[in-house]
Amino acid sequence: MSENLRFKDHHTEQRLFRNRMLVAIFGVVVLLGVLVARFYNLQVVNYEDYRTQSDQNRIQVRPVPPTRGLIYDRNGEMLADNRPSYTLSVVRERVKDLDATIELLGQLVSLEDRDVEKFNRRLQRRRPFEPVPLRYRLSEDEIARISVNEFHLPGVSVEAELVRYYPENKLFAHSVGYVGRIAERDLSAFTEEDVRRYRGTQSIGKVGLERSYEDLLLGEVGYENVETNARGRVLRVLERHDPKPGAELTLHLDTRLQQVATEALGDKRGAVVAIDVKTGGVLAFVSQPSFDPNLFVTGISFKDYSALRDSLDVPLFNRVVQGQYPPGSTLKPMMGLGGLAAGIITGDTEVPDPGFYKLPNDSRIYRDWKRWGHGKHVDLIQGLAQSCDVYFWDMAARWNIDGMHDIATRFGLGEKTGIDLPREYPGLFPSRAWKRGARGVPWFPGDSLNAVLGQGFVLSTPLQLAVMTATIANRGTHYRPQMVMAIDGVEQPPEVLHHIDARPEHWDLVFDGMEAVVYSTHGTGKKAGAGLDFKVAGKSGTAQVVGIAQGERYDSEALKERHRDHALFVAFAPVDDPQIAVSVLVENGESGGGVAAPVAREVFFDWMSRPLEDTASRHSWRAPMSISAPAQRHPYQQETAIRG
Amino acid sequence: MASRDYMHRLPDAGSSLRRPESISRRWHIDLPLLFLLLVLAGVGLVVLYSASGDEIHYVKRQAVFMSLAFVGMVIAAQIPLEFYRRWSPWFYLAGCCLLVAVLFFGVGAKGAQRWLQIGGFRFQPSEALKLAVPIAVAAYLHKRSLPPSFITVIGTLTIIAIPAALIVRQPDLGTSILIAASGIFALYLSGLSWKMIGGAVVMALMAAWPMWIWGLREYQKQRILTLFNPDADRLGAGWNIFQSKAAIGSGGWDGKGYMQGTQSQLDFLPESHTDFIIAVLAEEWGMRGALILLALYLLIIARGIYISFMAQHVFGRLLAGSITLTFFVYVFVNIGMVTGLLPVVGVPLPLVSHGGTSVITLMAGFGILMAVSTERRRVLF
Repeated sequence: MSENLRFKDHHTEQRLFRNRMLVAIFGVVVLLGVLVARFYNLQVVNYEDYRTQSDQNRIQVRPVPPTRGLIYDRNGEMLADNRPSYTLSVVRERVKDLDATIELLGQLVSLEDRDVEKFNRRLQRRRPFEPVPLRYRLSEDEIARISVNEFHLPGVSVEAELVRYYPENKLFAHSVGYVGRIAERDLSAFTEEDVRRYRGTQSIGKVGLERSYEDLLLGEVGYENVETNARGRVLRVLERHDPKPGAELTLHLDTRLQQVATEALGDKRGAVVAIDVKTGGVLAFVSQPSFDPNLFVTGISFKDYSALRDSLDVPLFNRVVQGQYPPGSTLKPMMGLGGLAAGIITGDTEVPDPGFYKLPNDSRIYRDWKRWGHGKHVDLIQGLAQSCDVYFWDMAARWNIDGMHDIATRFGLGEKTGIDLPREYPGLFPSRAWKRGARGVPWFPGDSLNAVLGQGFVLSTPLQLAVMTATIANRGTHYRPQMVMAIDGVEQPPEVLHHIDARPEHWDLVFDGMEAVVYSTHGTGKKAGAGLDFKVAGKSGTAQVVGIAQGERYDSEALKERHRDHALFVAFAPVDDPQIAVSVLVENGESGGGVAAPVAREVFFDWMSRPLEDTASRHSWRAPMSISAPAQRHPYQQETAIRG
Repeated sequence: MASRDYMHRLPDAGSSLRRPESISRRWHIDLPLLFLLLVLAGVGLVVLYSASGDEIHYVKRQAVFMSLAFVGMVIAAQIPLEFYRRWSPWFYLAGCCLLVAVLFFGVGAKGAQRWLQIGGFRFQPSEALKLAVPIAVAAYLHKRSLPPSFITVIGTLTIIAIPAALIVRQPDLGTSILIAASGIFALYLSGLSWKMIGGAVVMALMAAWPMWIWGLREYQKQRILTLFNPDADRLGAGWNIFQSKAAIGSGGWDGKGYMQGTQSQLDFLPESHTDFIIAVLAEEWGMRGALILLALYLLIIARGIYISFMAQHVFGRLLAGSITLTFFVYVFVNIGMVTGLLPVVGVPLPLVSHGGTSVITLMAGFGILMAVSTERRRVLF
């Protein structure tokens, strides 16, 4: 290779290099231009799209459930509270292998097959990225175990949630009711608006006031915009619209009176209702046996539920508003007033009672409950005091069923009382039209004899009897019974449904008759006023048990027990200025005066032994009580004094 | 024409004779290139600080590696080009032996063996080949008459193919392609005829279909398919691209502000401190920032090309040209991948992405570039 050749090569090589490099530079410029164009396309042309995408990525709207409204009794005792509970939740979208995750969780916390089953069902109807509850009520230990293992459990979280708690357990199960998890059935009834309102909320009122005041108790849902990272962890809250808590309910109920009534009923099945005569407010609402409503709040176990459902004593059955029993003789005071008002009888009407009664032109003999009768001259007062059947049969024979139906209806029988509780039953007071329609047969005079004694077709709930008694005590003012006294501190005024016009002396006669039930020599309800230093007026009753519902599984002893008559007693006190009306039902208690009346007495005793400021509600419309607190010897007195 | 070129170089050469030797010349440092690289490294650390979130140790580690890399660059610049050229076959052979060793004794993760571990020290031999291959090719072509004959081309391609094949076996397709590219650039710049280039392109196109069926692994196919339809599997293979496009696009012209990028700061952007770091910059600094970064790269490439033009010999010319163009390929492949133009291949953004070995190799390359730029003075002295 000569020097010359090398020199020439050198130039050719350089030329070639330049040539190729220029092409390469062109390529570099073009490709850089492509990158610039790409940035322009992403960051300028499609900026809005990607901005939205990025915001959707990180910003999520989360509903903030409102705090459910609290429920208090008239004295501010908490009946329904909210307590924190810890729930194990899973966000499906964040979990890679769901089965493996659930298996691992099963090693950390106790998971039953049923939990997993329910979880899978909830998974079907979740919204994207919504945490789905797997286990409720985690223990401290379980929370600790999960937080230790959190790093290999993506999408799993423990969330604190406020759940309902009923501090009085069984005491108010039938009146306050309970909430439960929103079920398929609730969801299917939801409107669009409901779906919005229940975002983030897990429970809904199922029974009792929790159900009837659901709209108010729920509150208004809030929401917050939260910024999350790619793993779904909330980093900060960008914007928050606070939820509006549910309304606070103050009830007419009185916890102590409720306790007294419950204890007085003891282990017997039955119902006690006490009504504030001046307002229609329900002071005590007992349906025995009862159950623990806390079991239902986060989902009752199958075992617990079947135990409640299958119990012969039907604890889930609300006897106060759903139990329809023949009212028996407790109707007599009302019937007497009706007869007086309609002019069928007067205070001077006297009927001989030989122990039986025969309708004119009818050979059938109706026997009085007392074999030998109540004497030759039974008037209204003695008729009530001794519960003389013949006196009222005589009246019924001279009256007509439509007149009886009319007065019974105005006292609230045969239709719903309109109390602010769900699923109330109307009971039944028959009429001519009803019998023709329902049974297709005309009204017979004998039907009237049954109806006037609260038998035959007549059915009523313990609540209806309490309302009827309060209406008598009010001398005709029929208030709608009310559970709730105030909503968010705003008093709910009493509501008059009917006013029964009768002359004052008619009312006096009925009052005297009912007082005689308690105080006359042959009175059937003496136990209702025993040892009380105020006057009680009442009326006993017994209701025949026609049959039994499900009798397959119990022995003859129990069968016999359940064939006994139901015992009833209605009463009010004090007679000179009635404050409180009570209706007592003891299933298979046999004797209204013997078994039901003492329960009423305990209720009166407790209520009337309170100092004035304790019983009188703090609400202004209420008329001041005319009697001062008696019964210094009452054991509660001391306690009240200490509390005061 | 040729003589005018020669004359053109004379005054410059003469001036270096006249002026007293400056520090940069004594140390064989190309000041404009050094300045640009320092600015880029600085920008890289600032972006990395934002991208690494709470993990400040990434930034510290990267700063240490960068310092080491600059030292390495200065050292590489001191070595005479003649040394590189003479020893190139041995570098090349040693590199290939290490690659073979990797296949047998290599360690790694996720089904790929890429590292050799000797004691507590772990390194990636393929990094060394990134320099060894272009040096070997440039040295090989330096001795041949140019434009290269067919035999020369076959010889060059053999030099390129052996390490490339060994690296594909690891498997590391991305690195293999980049190494092959560096060798092919040297071949191309040596004056490869357009006919041969055209023939190669046709053959490559014809080979594409069989390659797709037999040559590529499933995950590699998946990445290419994802490129064409990133929305198909947003939470799976398309996630990275979906998130990086959202990051870049939502940055807009102005950006969301330093440390304010929601995509990057909230962990939506995967690999935000390594391969996808440009998305952090584009999100937080907007298109303005992206253009400034591209301009920096363009200036560095321009300086590299200038150096290659000014080089004295074929070896220096081809080596400088190859290193510069390969550097551009890094930039283009990385940004093309992050912006969704190219399939996802593991190529870091030079001097910005976190990662020690790649920084050191890159800076050593720039050291060689500086050696080229100061070579003629040495020759003239």
